[in-house]
Amino acid sequence: MAVTDSGQVAKRPSRLFKNMAAKIATVPMVLIALVVFVGCTLWTIYHSFTRSRLLPAPEKWVGLDNYERLWSENRWLISIENLAIYGVCMLVVSLTVGFILAALLDRKIRFENTIRTIILYPFALSFVVTGLTWQWILNPQLGLQNVVREMGWTNFTFDPLNNPEIVIYGILIAGIWQGSGFVMVLLLAGMRGIDEDIWKASRVEGIPAWKTYIFIVIPMMRPVFVTAIVIIAAAIIKVYDLVVAQTSGGPGIASEVPAKYVIEKMFGAQNLGLGFAASTMMLVSVLVVLIPWAYLEFGGKKDG
Amino acid sequence: MAEVTAADLTGPKGAKPRRAFSPTNIMIYGTLLVVCLYYLLPLYVMIVTSLKGMPEIRLGNIFSPPVEVTFEPWVKAWSEACTGINCDGLSRGFWNSVAILIPSVFVSIAVASVSGYALVNWKFKGSEVFFTILIFGAFIPYQVMIYPIVIILRETGQSISYVTGTDFRLMGSIWGLVIVHTIFGMPILTLLFRNYFSSLPEELFKAARVDGARFWGIFFKIMLPMSLPIFVVAMILQVTGIWNDFLFGVIYTKPETYPMTVQLNNIVNSVQGVKEYNVNMAATLLTGLVPLVIYFISGPLFVRGIAAGAVKG
Amino acid sequence: MTHSVEIKNLDLSFGAVDVLKNLNLSIGEGEFLVLLGSSGCGKSTLLNCIAGLLEATDGQIFIKGKNVTWAEPSERGIGMVFQSYALYPQMTVEGNLSFGLKNARMPKNEIASRVANAAEVLQIEPLLKRKPSALSGGQRQRVAIGRALVRDVDVFLFDEPLSNLDAKLRADLRVELKQLHARLGNTMIYVTHDQVEAMTLADRIAIMKDGLIQQLDSPSEIYSRPRNKYVADFIGSPSMNFFEGVLESGTFRAGDLSFAMDGYVYERDGFSGAASFGIRPEHIATGDAVAASAVQMDVPIKVVEPLGADTLALTDVAGTSFWVRMEGAANVKAGDSLRIGFDPARGSLFDAGDELRI
Repeated sequence: MAVTDSGQVAKRPSRLFKNMAAKIATVPMVLIALVVFVGCTLWTIYHSFTRSRLLPAPEKWVGLDNYERLWSENRWLISIENLAIYGVCMLVVSLTVGFILAALLDRKIRFENTIRTIILYPFALSFVVTGLTWQWILNPQLGLQNVVREMGWTNFTFDPLNNPEIVIYGILIAGIWQGSGFVMVLLLAGMRGIDEDIWKASRVEGIPAWKTYIFIVIPMMRPVFVTAIVIIAAAIIKVYDLVVAQTSGGPGIASEVPAKYVIEKMFGAQNLGLGFAASTMMLVSVLVVLIPWAYLEFGGKKDG
Repeated sequence: MAEVTAADLTGPKGAKPRRAFSPTNIMIYGTLLVVCLYYLLPLYVMIVTSLKGMPEIRLGNIFSPPVEVTFEPWVKAWSEACTGINCDGLSRGFWNSVAILIPSVFVSIAVASVSGYALVNWKFKGSEVFFTILIFGAFIPYQVMIYPIVIILRETGQSISYVTGTDFRLMGSIWGLVIVHTIFGMPILTLLFRNYFSSLPEELFKAARVDGARFWGIFFKIMLPMSLPIFVVAMILQVTGIWNDFLFGVIYTKPETYPMTVQLNNIVNSVQGVKEYNVNMAATLLTGLVPLVIYFISGPLFVRGIAAGAVKG
Repeated sequence: MTHSVEIKNLDLSFGAVDVLKNLNLSIGEGEFLVLLGSSGCGKSTLLNCIAGLLEATDGQIFIKGKNVTWAEPSERGIGMVFQSYALYPQMTVEGNLSFGLKNARMPKNEIASRVANAAEVLQIEPLLKRKPSALSGGQRQRVAIGRALVRDVDVFLFDEPLSNLDAKLRADLRVELKQLHARLGNTMIYVTHDQVEAMTLADRIAIMKDGLIQQLDSPSEIYSRPRNKYVADFIGSPSMNFFEGVLESGTFRAGDLSFAMDGYVYERDGFSGAASFGIRPEHIATGDAVAASAVQMDVPIKVVEPLGADTLALTDVAGTSFWVRMEGAANVKAGDSLRIGFDPARGSLFDAGDELRI
């Protein structure tokens, strides 16, 4: 036997240059992950502790000053309040509506595709389009209120876009119109993923459909619900275009939201420090949602 | 006729008769009908409003069909409506959007598909870490990253100008926006491609390696031909997403290159002049037309695209 | 004997998990070696290491005397056939066969002649213009083999190539593979979990468990003289019947059961202590043959499984389940009492401690 250790192909490929093409190809991904998602985020957080009225300017560490000013500003407080109302209502309504619609579509009905197409189409539209459309429908002089009044109820009042008290609900209607179809599609996919035998078993045991949904299907769909909640929550915090198009934040500042506040501080008022502080607060609120979810999703098991 | 005893004829026999109008069915279809009307109503209102003249709008109600159909609002919306800066109508925004859309869709899909492929088949130390960062990045509010990106684009643009001796700008130009769309499209698209490529049999990749194909060879000759559906899904996702974008358009371009959505908002919410609701609705419909056409043509693929983000990786 | 493939001190670990542990294996020129084991034993991992699809943590791999430990899969002089066939779906059969040769920048006429040659050997000439989706399972498998064949390499690697086929086709292709090996004379390394495939195809079988080779021997040796209890239990269906007891001065005792190990060929002399005795169901005599057996007894039948050619009976011997294989025509039913006998020399003894053959 004449096997020599020297070996003719014994050029040890350097670890660094191994699969060089693969490494070069992932440079954009690595740059985006590190420079933008990590780098830019840290940059903004850092600068939220400095006094930067207009960059580039000498940065001065001011600690929590920006945050103190932020939380004492009425406009920010209204933004937060609006976001909270919009967020809670959006989550509850879109999940409820989405689930009921999914359950109805799941009943092996006719025209399922047509109905799904109709319910989902608003999701394909831009928030700007949605906002402007509902701005018109909710127009106090010529819109829905006017139609109902012409029908005889002359005292009927529904003018959310003119009424600072309820303007956020006007935006909510548009938001739900646009987003609930998506929630339905998500939940329907989850429902279809449930073992058909569950339904057979519940039929054999004579359990009514609604009970099966509530006590068996919903618990089984927990992961889908969690995913849906995370996605909706992330979308809620980002809500911006809808408000800009539908109300421009009005009447007055009654329908301001944090995302809009940030953009205006940064690019309108040139009050960067405040903008950075506000955007950092947005990030914090996302993390409040995201970290428990990530913990539930990836915490226990280590999958590679 | 043969003799049949009465006992044979009574009792259940054959298929169980179904009642088309059972209470359950009435409830289900009734609910769905009302729901569909609610979802269709705004579209209907948009269309009828855009086909009416202004006098009719002021007198009538928003749900009544036009007495006299006019296409003038559409013409005006397309070519004459004013934003407060110019009066070219939406057409300028439309062409800007097209100019932004084509390179953005192409670049973002190219980068993300290669990244997804590398993540599945050419794992290297730490590759999963970058992927996790990307996925988390999908949830970071844009507002957190928007300003530093302005600086990066400005500085990079200036450096390029300096090196090449030209007046090249990334900030405020279409190319800056292409980069931004590529960045923010990365998480969802990479997830989409990663999931798809990992669903392909690993043995194909091994066979190709035994056959001597390398990184690009396997990507172009083996993976791409098998992945047309997912590229279509990614295209639908990106075309609608980029077309509908408003925020990045406002921040990273300047008025001459504003995309259609920004142009639309500026027309409708312009404070100058009398509000022409019919023109506004025609403009809104025009802007919504591109994603709607894509949506109605692509159907199930669109659903697959939006559900892709929800499927666990 | 020259070695076609040689593996020296191979280690492979994924993070903290050691999949292969200091593995040594030499495969001769033209040998048909089967790596056999249950899933997770490391057999496919070993094959992927030889192919270069997995990188070894430590150790060396030689193919034809050349150290290929760091070489690319395509540079190793191997062809590989996969369980799922792994045919490129968008290419025709011809495209599948020629893809590797094109990557190697081989002249066109050479490619054509090799493809034609492989197609002839495997009798797939009429299929050359078809896409894989238009082929049956057996045809796909043939094309997959053809893809290895055109490479004109010394070593063929098979990763459970017949597992996706139905039972009849699997038997047919098994025979064809054996004929192909006889004709080509290449070295073949074949991974499977199917012991019938292993027994019928192999010159030598390597039985693996937990990343270690348990026994490397000819099929008949593995069947009749398993080196440890794991191998004894793994090979054969139904598997070997075991008694746990004590071996003392040539006599095995388990409860009431006691017999002398006359004629047994010992691996270790003078063993005394706790041991297991194993005997295969097909080495149990029934009917008239019992009279000639050294050990005889009456046992109750619990379950009968008629298989046609054979009949299996599950019985109870000294409180342990005990399988007996009888001829197909045996007329027995559950509840009967059955007279059986066996010759202890045909059985196997294992140390109860290290489970190695005594």
